[in-house]
Amino acid sequence: MQDIQAAFLAAFNLIVSLDADLFEIVGLSLTVTLSAVAISCLLGFPLGALLAISRFPGRGMIVVFISSLMGLPPVVVGLTVYLFLSSAGPLGSWQMLYTPTAMIIAQTLLVTPIVAALTRQIIEDLNGEYSELLRSMSARRRDILSTLLWDARYSLITASLAGMGRALAEVGAVMIVGGNINHVTRVMTTAIALETSKGELALALGLGIILVLLSISINAALMSLRTNMERFAYA
Amino acid sequence: MPEADIVQLHDGAEPNPARLIAKLENVVFAARSRKLVDGLTFSLRNNGITTIMGPNGAGKSLALRLLARLLLPMDGYVHECGLAARDIALVFQKPVMLRRSVKGNLIHALKLHGVNRRERPERLAELLRMADLEHLSSSPARLLSGGEQQRLALVRALAAQPRLLLLDEPTASLDPQATQAIEKLVMQASNNGTKIVLVTHDIGQARRLAFDVVFLHQGFAHEHSPAETFFTEPQSLEAMAYLKGELLV
Ligand SMILES: Nc1ncnc2c1ncn2[C@@H]1O[C@H](COP(=O)(O)OP(=O)(O)OP(=O)(O)O)[C@@H](O)[C@H]1O
Ligand SMILES: [Mg+2]
Repeated sequence: MQDIQAAFLAAFNLIVSLDADLFEIVGLSLTVTLSAVAISCLLGFPLGALLAISRFPGRGMIVVFISSLMGLPPVVVGLTVYLFLSSAGPLGSWQMLYTPTAMIIAQTLLVTPIVAALTRQIIEDLNGEYSELLRSMSARRRDILSTLLWDARYSLITASLAGMGRALAEVGAVMIVGGNINHVTRVMTTAIALETSKGELALALGLGIILVLLSISINAALMSLRTNMERFAYA
Repeated sequence: MPEADIVQLHDGAEPNPARLIAKLENVVFAARSRKLVDGLTFSLRNNGITTIMGPNGAGKSLALRLLARLLLPMDGYVHECGLAARDIALVFQKPVMLRRSVKGNLIHALKLHGVNRRERPERLAELLRMADLEHLSSSPARLLSGGEQQRLALVRALAAQPRLLLLDEPTASLDPQATQAIEKLVMQASNNGTKIVLVTHDIGQARRLAFDVVFLHQGFAHEHSPAETFFTEPQSLEAMAYLKGELLV
């Protein structure tokens, strides 16, 4: 009990003293996750939107496939990326294993299906409402896509926040492809796992507190976004 | 359009020399093996406002969707004489508002119609004034009242300067003053050469605006008469019953 109290105190000290190591880890976590989410949005928004307004044979299967990728276990994604990037793998010559880039790739693979699947659903619902209007205005496909994406903007932000929550909290993929190397690829979740196993509770707890605060903020942002969407009838 | 077409499409039943704009010929449209539109035939000429009347479920909205090419006939033809898709605009019975401000909705329409950035502010101001929505220009369109939304939907359709404007009960939820304002807009557009097809249940409105009346019942045009004739001595039993308030669907 004493130990835990002391650890909390030490963790608190690390945070308020803006401990360099701690914030380096937090910084890398945010860099990796935000990059992955940004790339996922660039891929997932158009992909999901195209899927939403297109009709072609096999579309249903693709929709089911992408939705099922939403639940991919992070360790399996990590393993797959590892196999590609390891020196014996097809992309081994890129020498990217155990770099932040590898972590961004792995998290992008995790988050893109989430963003794409949610986008598909959001845009399909909106298109149900808009499609006759837009067709009656003889909008071209490009105009239809841009109108739908813009008018769904707030819902799409919620989709990307959902992806971000998942990436930020995930350990398995970044551990495997990043390797938790101090000052290089150590992020919040991997550091917490390692420090805890070493019995270094202060750093683990400090990071844990920050991680929880971050997820709370993401959820708070989600909720206030939803409230505002309703207030302006943009939901 | 070549003169020959007019002669060819001109049928004796409608002794009207005005230019033909569109024609439905034996159009059939079915959903879930129910024929909702069955052998629908009538033509639209450039001689004033045409109103479509008929009881609920008669197929009036479907007829407009067919004219706007949002639905394809399963049998029969929809001819439009020299009109491109962009020349046709439709104001829906339930207005669809984009998740944007009033201004945003109009700018979107102007953009789609290819009005360049420099001309937009002036056109926008004009449309807002026509709809009497200047004071609400920054409000989210979906928070407007039903009547305000209908006014916005009408001027948004006018933003495209259509040659054929299809209006599905555009004054259904408007107060008398707003109704009058809309009727003025509709007449203005008509005088400027836009062919207007107006679906309405408001007999007074049809009397005020219509040059001719198409009467639909059960997906079929039972009558197409000049407004005078239609309201004083309707030619079909169905129209007669409808005008007396006795027609049951
Ligand atoms: N997509 C659809 N699927 C199935 N039935 C439909 C569809 N669209 C319309 N209908 C049916 O077709 C008939 C005609 O519909 P329509 O909307 O044209 O009626 P309307 O004359 O406009 O009536 P109202 O005066 O109530 O607006 C109705 O019975 C309606 O239920
Ligand atoms: Mg209708």
